[in-house]
Amino acid sequence: MIALPFVYTVAGLVFAASALLAAFDGSKPRHWVNAAFWALLALSMLAGDRLGDLGNGVLVIGLVGVVAIGRLGPASASAPEAERQERATRHGNRLFALALVIPATALIGTLLFRAVPWLVDPKQVTLVSLALGALLAFGIGLAVLRERPLAGLQEGQRLLDALGWAAILPQMLASLGLIFALAGVGKVVGALASEVIPGGSLFAAVLAYGLGMALFTMIMGNAFAAFPVMAAAIGFPLLIQHYHGDPAVIAAVGMLAGFCGTLMTPMAANFNIVPAALLELKDRNAVVKMQVPTGLPLLAFNIALIYWAAFR
Amino acid sequence: MLLAAASSGLAAGLDPLALIAAFGKAFNDTRYVTAIWLVLPVIGLLERHGLQERARALIAGMKGATLPRLLTGYLLLRQIISALGLTTIAGQAQTVRPLLAPMALAAADPRNEAEADRVKAMAAATDNVGLFFGEDIFIAIGSILLMKGFLEQQGIVLTPFELSVWAIPTAFAAFAIHALRLWRFGKVRR
Repeated sequence: MIALPFVYTVAGLVFAASALLAAFDGSKPRHWVNAAFWALLALSMLAGDRLGDLGNGVLVIGLVGVVAIGRLGPASASAPEAERQERATRHGNRLFALALVIPATALIGTLLFRAVPWLVDPKQVTLVSLALGALLAFGIGLAVLRERPLAGLQEGQRLLDALGWAAILPQMLASLGLIFALAGVGKVVGALASEVIPGGSLFAAVLAYGLGMALFTMIMGNAFAAFPVMAAAIGFPLLIQHYHGDPAVIAAVGMLAGFCGTLMTPMAANFNIVPAALLELKDRNAVVKMQVPTGLPLLAFNIALIYWAAFR
Repeated sequence: MLLAAASSGLAAGLDPLALIAAFGKAFNDTRYVTAIWLVLPVIGLLERHGLQERARALIAGMKGATLPRLLTGYLLLRQIISALGLTTIAGQAQTVRPLLAPMALAAADPRNEAEADRVKAMAAATDNVGLFFGEDIFIAIGSILLMKGFLEQQGIVLTPFELSVWAIPTAFAAFAIHALRLWRFGKVRR
């Protein structure tokens, strides 16, 4: 049966290719640091289940250590601007069609593979379809654009290097959230919340959940880390179990309340601080300040949406 | 981040080795979040053949663009493209700096540098709003998978589609609120 290991193998091969390409790219400063970083990530994807918990823990420390000691080298350049311009004119809208192969395969696969549960793990149809779509798009793209496979892998490495440490930030934050859950941070926040929330008030519970998602996201800089904590503290025990709310609405809209927090914090450096630097703004918080008047009313909307839609 | 994990874990009475193992297990169990990068060779391949340039030509083709119209159009496009899962086609580095910010400045014609900075910051903010409140409609984005994983641990099995459909009302609200702000932003400046 095709399941997550297939997806991890494809991802692992992409990271392994980047590690090899970085190792042999002597022209780039600190190329060994990049090679080590992507090699560790490839190892996690390809053999994570055989390393054991402690082995994986050491691997994570290795990843952090490589970044802390070595600092990742810069991404290499793509094809020159003029060349890309010429190709864009030549290929035209075919480029959009190729780009749509991945989401189209993910969508169609998700719908079709449900019918053949012995072939594809029904719980993982979307991820498996996405990986298939990427392989399909890569193959068709190479044929249509008449490109060498190595050039495609090099472009993948360029984008990975541009992401750098940020590539594993969401996974690290998700893991941190699980540790918080293990350490009972959710219970502590939940106990705090239950003292603050007036007993028996559904609206107060929804308000605490929505505001908590936004505030915790602002502190952590990422809704990924806030979600497991707030869901374990208020969302699951109170809104879903006690008040019998619709779990899909509570989870999905709660996450979006967290995204409103992302708009309003310098801790979300990727989105809020990096652009200020890129655009050479004098005030490094200029982007955050511009986003607050959109974030606050939208947060109110999300809280109202949970209150109305989850408890019909 | 490791320090945050270490302090909360140790405070809860885990010994260091058990803590490293716990973090390792959590990291291994959440690999699906990072597996999304397997699409990067395809995106890179298309960019090498001018995908960004083609997208720029498409946006630059809209004539008669005032600042609110330009940014509102970009907001809509960014939301739709993100909802299709193509989140890395546009972005602060890919489209805002080389394309959207210069176009916004051209449309706004600012009187001084402080005003120019506000216009550029609004261009960056518009990209973020479009991304955040478009991407969750796509069924295979990291946050949807994270929610699915959390609910599964609690014994609630949902498909990504059942979650992603609930990102649609907020996507409309985000568009309405931010478009209203862009319209007023253009008026104040005139």
